[in-house]
Amino acid sequence: MAEKVTKKIAEAEEKNPYEDPKNYINRELSWLEFDYRILNEARDKNVPLFERLKFLSITASNLDEFFMVRVATLKNQVRDKNKRVDIAGMRPQEQLDQIGRKAHDLVERQYTTYNRSILPALKQEGLRIISAYTELTDQEAKYVDKYFHEFVYPVLTPMAVDSSRPFPLVRNKSLNIAALLQKKNGDEELEFATVQVPTVLPRFVELPEDVSETRSVILLEEIIERNMHELFLNYHIITAHPYRIMRDADFALDEEDVDDLLEEIEKQLKTRQRGDVIRLEVEERADKRLLEILKEEMEVENDAVYEISGPLDLTFLMKMYSLEGFDDLKEEPYTPQPIPALMNDDDIFTNIRKGDILLHHPYQTFDPVVDFVRTASTDPDVLAIKQTLYRVSGHSPIIAALAEAAENGKQVSVLVELKARFDEENNINWAKKLEKAGCHVIYGLVGLKTHCKITLVVRREEDGLRRYVHLGTGNYNDSTAKLYTDCGLLTCAPKFGEDATAVFNMLSGYSEPPVWNKLVLAPLWLRGRVIRLIRRETENARQGKPAHIMAKMNSLCDKEVIAHLYEASCAGVKIELVVRGICSLRAGVPGLSENISVHSIVGNFLEHARILYVENGGSPQVYMGSADWMPRNLDNRVEIMFPVEDPELKAQVLHILQVQLEDNTKAHILQPDGTYAKIDRRGRKVLITAQAQFCREAAEMAREAAMESIRDRDKRVFVPIGSEE
Amino acid sequence: MTRTFAAINVDPYQMELGIYEMSERIGMRSVDHVQHMMGSGIESYTDGKISYHQVEEMCEVLADFNRIMKGYQVAAYRAYAANSVRDALNSRIVLDQIRVRTGIEVRVISNAELRFMNYKAIAVKDVEFQKSIQKGTAVVTVGFGSTHFSVFDKDALISSQNLSLGVMQLYDRALSANVTTEQEKDLICEMIDNELVSFRKIYLKDREIRTLIATGRPIMNIFFKLQGKDMKRGYLSAAEFKHFFEVIRKMSIEQLEDYFELNTQTATQLFPTVAVFERVMEITGAETMWIPGTRITDGMAARHAEERKFIRFDHNFDHDIIAICRNMAKRYKCYMPHIQAVERIALKIFDALKKYHGLKAREQLLLLISADLHDCGNFITMYEASDCAYSIVMESEIVGLSHMEQEIVANVVRYHGQEFGYDDMGIEERTDWGGRLSTPDNLSMTVAKLTAMLRLAIALDSGQKNKLEDCRLSVKGDELVITTGCSSDITLEKISVEQCEDFFREIFGICPVLKQKKKV
Repeated sequence: MAEKVTKKIAEAEEKNPYEDPKNYINRELSWLEFDYRILNEARDKNVPLFERLKFLSITASNLDEFFMVRVATLKNQVRDKNKRVDIAGMRPQEQLDQIGRKAHDLVERQYTTYNRSILPALKQEGLRIISAYTELTDQEAKYVDKYFHEFVYPVLTPMAVDSSRPFPLVRNKSLNIAALLQKKNGDEELEFATVQVPTVLPRFVELPEDVSETRSVILLEEIIERNMHELFLNYHIITAHPYRIMRDADFALDEEDVDDLLEEIEKQLKTRQRGDVIRLEVEERADKRLLEILKEEMEVENDAVYEISGPLDLTFLMKMYSLEGFDDLKEEPYTPQPIPALMNDDDIFTNIRKGDILLHHPYQTFDPVVDFVRTASTDPDVLAIKQTLYRVSGHSPIIAALAEAAENGKQVSVLVELKARFDEENNINWAKKLEKAGCHVIYGLVGLKTHCKITLVVRREEDGLRRYVHLGTGNYNDSTAKLYTDCGLLTCAPKFGEDATAVFNMLSGYSEPPVWNKLVLAPLWLRGRVIRLIRRETENARQGKPAHIMAKMNSLCDKEVIAHLYEASCAGVKIELVVRGICSLRAGVPGLSENISVHSIVGNFLEHARILYVENGGSPQVYMGSADWMPRNLDNRVEIMFPVEDPELKAQVLHILQVQLEDNTKAHILQPDGTYAKIDRRGRKVLITAQAQFCREAAEMAREAAMESIRDRDKRVFVPIGSEE
Repeated sequence: MTRTFAAINVDPYQMELGIYEMSERIGMRSVDHVQHMMGSGIESYTDGKISYHQVEEMCEVLADFNRIMKGYQVAAYRAYAANSVRDALNSRIVLDQIRVRTGIEVRVISNAELRFMNYKAIAVKDVEFQKSIQKGTAVVTVGFGSTHFSVFDKDALISSQNLSLGVMQLYDRALSANVTTEQEKDLICEMIDNELVSFRKIYLKDREIRTLIATGRPIMNIFFKLQGKDMKRGYLSAAEFKHFFEVIRKMSIEQLEDYFELNTQTATQLFPTVAVFERVMEITGAETMWIPGTRITDGMAARHAEERKFIRFDHNFDHDIIAICRNMAKRYKCYMPHIQAVERIALKIFDALKKYHGLKAREQLLLLISADLHDCGNFITMYEASDCAYSIVMESEIVGLSHMEQEIVANVVRYHGQEFGYDDMGIEERTDWGGRLSTPDNLSMTVAKLTAMLRLAIALDSGQKNKLEDCRLSVKGDELVITTGCSSDITLEKISVEQCEDFFREIFGICPVLKQKKKV
């Protein structure tokens, strides 16, 4: 078998050297590399301390998701004896082995960072994190016990396990304390018990000033552990340790045979709590007997057990960021700036009619997008609003506006993607709410996830119907729009309007239009277009014409696209990529990709925009969109790529790419061996931090626009009519 | 004020909705268009009926169309179903179900009427249309099931024929031959040639065709793709089109998909479509091809816009109908001087009796058409010629007439030569949108009035010598006085008028009297 595979690989190499698996990086390992880059930020002493807490927290939540989805999928493949090789020629078991090694190393590094770097630094800044309840002073212990009795005890549900009480269902991602108990009456037999650390209470408790000499916080599990005996009164607590499990959170929907997708997803969500256990985290030095019971009950092997030398689930650090009084240890909060084109008294529709408007979040505010839908919902001339929703915020003003629009008699059509991973429940609730308000809700398409971000407003105006369109690279989520860097375009150009109408018609199940004016849609056309654009650059380079590709995205792991990029590189096309996360391409390899560079920026904002620039023989084209260059985006999702055509806006988008490529503080550069390295700052006169620069520029643009408007106001004077004399 | 209009095309294979804006200022503008390929459409009418599943799907789609229409605050709509629906045994029940369940009133129209709307859509699309049809122009509609061929010359539509050359049919037949791709393509060309040979002999003869206007859904699928690549404003020269055909001929389905960004189904239809047009270009010797890119719903909207006077055509489409009928009369060897005389007199009678018959311009057109076709039954047999005329009219595709109008004409030509039977007509009475007929709910009366007028007109040229060319008509009291200054003997005409006097008086309460002015 091995011979056969080798032969096939050799054939593939001979056929097309650009497709040789050795020229690709496994996507999961590349994903872990991304978590390492975030961890580097948590370790960087140049980063304000409380920002480092955030980064460390992100590495933890990322790793959770990685296990729940990616590792789970691979484990399923191994279980199903699926021998299919990945882009880098690796089989599932091989991938799992390497992931295991790398993930263990990552976790070790996370806790080294936490214990050796973060904790001492916090202590130095006057914040003590009580790692174990044994460190409490008497006075502190008294306060903690009181807190336990008042707040914690009432919400705990301790569960013992014996022959009449089976092992309880341990919820995915929940933090629990396992204990071995012994009856006080002298029976020597040990019993197992578990109690979930309640999620309704804050994960950590700050001790009052009069109790503690310095500012101190203690984790909830430590409070519970200290009071375990209160939960099992007739028992001695032999040992008690926190543990946490990660379950397979992926579910397979047979959409073809489902009558009601909403109901089916609701049903499937319940099973997520019962998925196979993929990872078991236990406190280091946990009693071996306890660990054995957990391993047996959770049905996990040694390689899935992670012994943690610190508090489990570091995501609590994100909450800790909000502790009052450490402002000097945080980045100065940034307020998204107003958009110059909208800084006037005209309504949003009038402003869009003046020309296309580019939005760059979070440097510029997301309010215009909300305002776009909100104004439409009450505007008597608006006939219809259509929108796609993938992930929305908790109290989404957009949803409220859509519901209001429907109540105002507008025709509101919303595609709520019920299959948006981990947002399924949220989206089901929104879908129901919108339906109740009278909106026409589409739950998504069979076999595809609708990931594109598009809003269409149809308005009756003096000269007929006019269509206003918003297209974006990020979700319609006003909360994440303050943290994710994304771009958007507001336009009423008829060709965009016609295409937007066609998009919603297709999403409603109607046939494709005979032609697309401007928009490029996945899964039908986007792959082909991207390939053609790359090929055109290749041809141009071969003919000696200028050839240059700049692209920014979250992930790049599509083999066909990468192979074409290699070919383009070999033909002499300069390719500069800004890829935040997964990147299966090997950059800077002589004879393969020496003209390709890959930058990855990890900053305070999450890089999220997708932009493409192609030189096109001297007539550059700029596109933005919702799709990464991943097979799932190009083949299994509805995505939109759209051109930016206004010369001024094009220049602005190009500027975004250029500044990101010039970043020499937050950018990591992909090395030929697949690792990432930060740019050596030594000897560099100018330090460029792209995100900080965009913040400054947005503020400057808004200030200039405000000044301009004041100047215009000053020019307004009444002109009296004088007498002839 | 701009108004929105919705046009719906109901077909067992596909349902279409077009949304249009109309006003005197902007004319007509397409706003939205959706098309639903019927999942159950492929089920043929095995027992001659539209199946329950098809009706279910139609209703669901139409209900959704209703939602879209509400979204655009549509002021008026027209929903038409083509012959394929009419032919189903349960068509009335189906249409009633659609009405009850969706509130949408669907009217069945003939293919000929649909085609006529298509010409109007083309005329709206480009001012060049009027110029183009001054010289020989063929409008060729290649569809999935058939190909329609209409010829315009000297500003009028002169012939219209349906050929069994459907794209799907060609493709399926070639595919069933189980040959190589190259042979498949040759086979398709051969099949097309076979069909076109007889057409050329009978209908085309030596007529000069300069422009070919290409329409139909299959060509629409590539129209927009071609626009960006190889053609400007939809025009291609014969050489360019030939080159295009040769390129397509060499391409595999996959290459077509890639080059034109088509799905597989559309890509498979491409070669047969282009091949039909290429062969037609070849046999007609047309110099230019124009693909106007019009849809069926565009025609429906154009008709509505015309009725509401939002658009006006330079071209008189009613003349086309008359031209086609005159050509029919010629084909059935009618004596044309007589036909023209009857046409002229009928017109005079219609005008003179305006106050008494209460009919509109549309009925006047039907009268003229009846005048043109009243004698065509003789071509089959002199005995029971009027019954034959009825059959000829009913079986012909008279572009521009609705099915109901065709039935009216057929009955008028039948009853001009036999006793009028008020209850024997069997005309399917339906709503006539747009109010083209004055009394759509009492069609037998319309037939009676037109028959009475036609009988009188024929009587006034019973000698077939156009003696009464100068006649003038006026109503005086209870008499329709027909005065002529002709010096010839008009005894035959007088007798003929007397013969139709009773029926005329029965219908109008007026007695026709023929008077010959004596020359001093």
